[in-house]
Amino acid sequence: MSQTVIKVENLGKAYRIGMKEQKSETLIGAFISTIKKPFKNFRNLNNLKKFNKKEEEDIFWANRNISFDVKDGEVLGIIGKNGAGKSTLLKLLSRITEPTEGRIEIIGKVSSLLEVGTGFNPDLTGKENVYLNGTILGLSKKQIDASYNEIVEFSGIEKFMETPVKRYSSGMKVRLAFAVAAHLDPEILIIDEVLAVGDSEFQKKCLGKVHSIASKEGRTVLFVTHDMAAIKALCTRALLLQKGTIVKEGNPTEVVDYYLQNATTFSEHSFYIDTSKRNGNGKFQVTGLDFLNSKMEKVNVLESGMDLNIKVSYQCFEKGVNPVINLIIRNNFQTEIVNLLSRVSHKGVLKLNDEGYIICHIPKLPLMQGRYSIDVIMKYDFELTDEVSNIITIDVEKGDFYGTGKIVESMKDGILINHSWQTF
Amino acid sequence: MEQKQKVVIQANQRSSFFNFKEFWRYRDLLYFMVLRDITVLYKQTILGFAWAIINPLFQIVIFSVIFGGLVGVKTAAGNMPYPVFSALAVIPWTYFSNSLSASGTSLITANHILSKVYFPRIIFPLVPTLSKLVDFTISFLILMGVMVYFKYYPGINVSFLLIPLLLIIITSSGLGLWFSALSVQYRDFKFALSFMLPLLMYAAPVVFPAIKIQQKLGNTYYHLYALYPMVGGIEGFRTCFSKNTAMPWDLISISACSAFIIFISGLWYFKKMEKYFADIA
Repeated sequence: MSQTVIKVENLGKAYRIGMKEQKSETLIGAFISTIKKPFKNFRNLNNLKKFNKKEEEDIFWANRNISFDVKDGEVLGIIGKNGAGKSTLLKLLSRITEPTEGRIEIIGKVSSLLEVGTGFNPDLTGKENVYLNGTILGLSKKQIDASYNEIVEFSGIEKFMETPVKRYSSGMKVRLAFAVAAHLDPEILIIDEVLAVGDSEFQKKCLGKVHSIASKEGRTVLFVTHDMAAIKALCTRALLLQKGTIVKEGNPTEVVDYYLQNATTFSEHSFYIDTSKRNGNGKFQVTGLDFLNSKMEKVNVLESGMDLNIKVSYQCFEKGVNPVINLIIRNNFQTEIVNLLSRVSHKGVLKLNDEGYIICHIPKLPLMQGRYSIDVIMKYDFELTDEVSNIITIDVEKGDFYGTGKIVESMKDGILINHSWQTF
Repeated sequence: MEQKQKVVIQANQRSSFFNFKEFWRYRDLLYFMVLRDITVLYKQTILGFAWAIINPLFQIVIFSVIFGGLVGVKTAAGNMPYPVFSALAVIPWTYFSNSLSASGTSLITANHILSKVYFPRIIFPLVPTLSKLVDFTISFLILMGVMVYFKYYPGINVSFLLIPLLLIIITSSGLGLWFSALSVQYRDFKFALSFMLPLLMYAAPVVFPAIKIQQKLGNTYYHLYALYPMVGGIEGFRTCFSKNTAMPWDLISISACSAFIIFISGLWYFKKMEKYFADIA
């Protein structure tokens, strides 16, 4: 017998975004606007919580027209690009913020974990923080007393329970915080991307815990993650959010596949350069990066063994001698897998225009299934002109690398090498 | 099997006035947050809890020198020595002022928790009013010291002590509710509070006896004056330790009414604004 435990109807949440202010051009104008300023500030502050006219230009809908049901015992995965409204949805469901439109009905005790270690105080000891954090998450002192030993054991830092948390390493803090969270025993658990913390061993432990909560009788779990494998493995159903609304819902594998195929269309730009993380003198810079198949068509997800062209668009502001490009491919754990160095692999000299693109051709993509990121480095000989780390993240799906029709199921995040066998 | 709880979250929901059941479920959280405040306050200091004494002690000394010595304020209340008179007002005032300034900014300080977890928000401003009681209790040592030194011992009135104390606690938590809810949205109130607290002290009968108002302005103004709840609070607290003066029940009851109004209206405003805290904090 499965009963609907969460019912979301036509949910919407609006926020005010800061609008650019008009600057007055004259001295008198500036004087008048200075005097008017307090009144304007008052109006702005007051408006932060008013949404009478629903279509004003400085209103941003983080969520809109969201309706779905969750049944008892379901594990619902929520995916979507950053800024798609996943976290806002969880905040609405966990009563942190009130919806602007619509309604939610929840039956059962809810625990939500939007962050691990909320309310940790650096001056308190580990033990004191377990109690404080536990009660913040809705446990009673009695419940914590009962599971205290388990919590300590799960965290694996027994020796430091009487030490102030400010002397902890960040890893220890996360372990302790997650240990508390893992001992919540709600009927409905809401988790934001909190599993993406700690080392990989600990992550496995956490995922295992979520799995055991999820598989318990009558436990309902809602969680947001970027880990597609976890969605496929743990969830019974998935939701894909885009720009605040649900674009696909259903079988997790289907939703994940749909998401990957259309991955780039879900972000505003095909890639994004965080200028604060950009190095180099800027004379010769990357402006874009695309993946093309053998027919020179753009693709959003790659496949092991495919004929791949990486198109690096550039702009050249000042000519220099011997332009060089490096593409560093890293796996999910940020480990460098390969470094494609034009200095070594290209015979001649790359000729540059003021603007254009360079193609790097990889006849048979040797990457195993997994998620990879690419760093771009551009130089004039040894003069660094541009360096962008993590310029793009791309998923590689399983493919027939060896041309044998057999596909390796389990291997991930590594390299495939062409080889042959012979018997004598 | 027990009935599962059902929650409905709706746009523009009318907030219930005060959900005591929910508040009671989170009583352990209140306890641990008070405990946190107490343990953390004097961590990594040399003098520790002595700070709870030093602050009011210096104020008492300064007031005694200036108002008791130089100005020569008459304490009126049965020849009470000025340092005793002053200690009896400075100690409750210090509690009031510390607790109000902490609860007035409690939501701003906790805004990272506010946006990550749901629990009854009212816990935030209430925590300081409870945790500052520890400092208050410690500073009673000063009072005992001063009384022993001046050989001034309280009489029967001291049995009423809980009444003015409760009045002060209700006033500070009521104003704490108002200021915390207001300052989340308008940070002006945070600055206004720190600027107003010293002024409010001089407005209260801390350095002079309330009877002065009656002598100068007459009975009507004397009773209007008591609408400021700290008048009844401070004067009541002081009279509890006075030997041969009757308790100023008129002041206390007027102040209690107004403290009650402040508290209830604070609760109302806080509940009304509560749902916006996470968005505007």
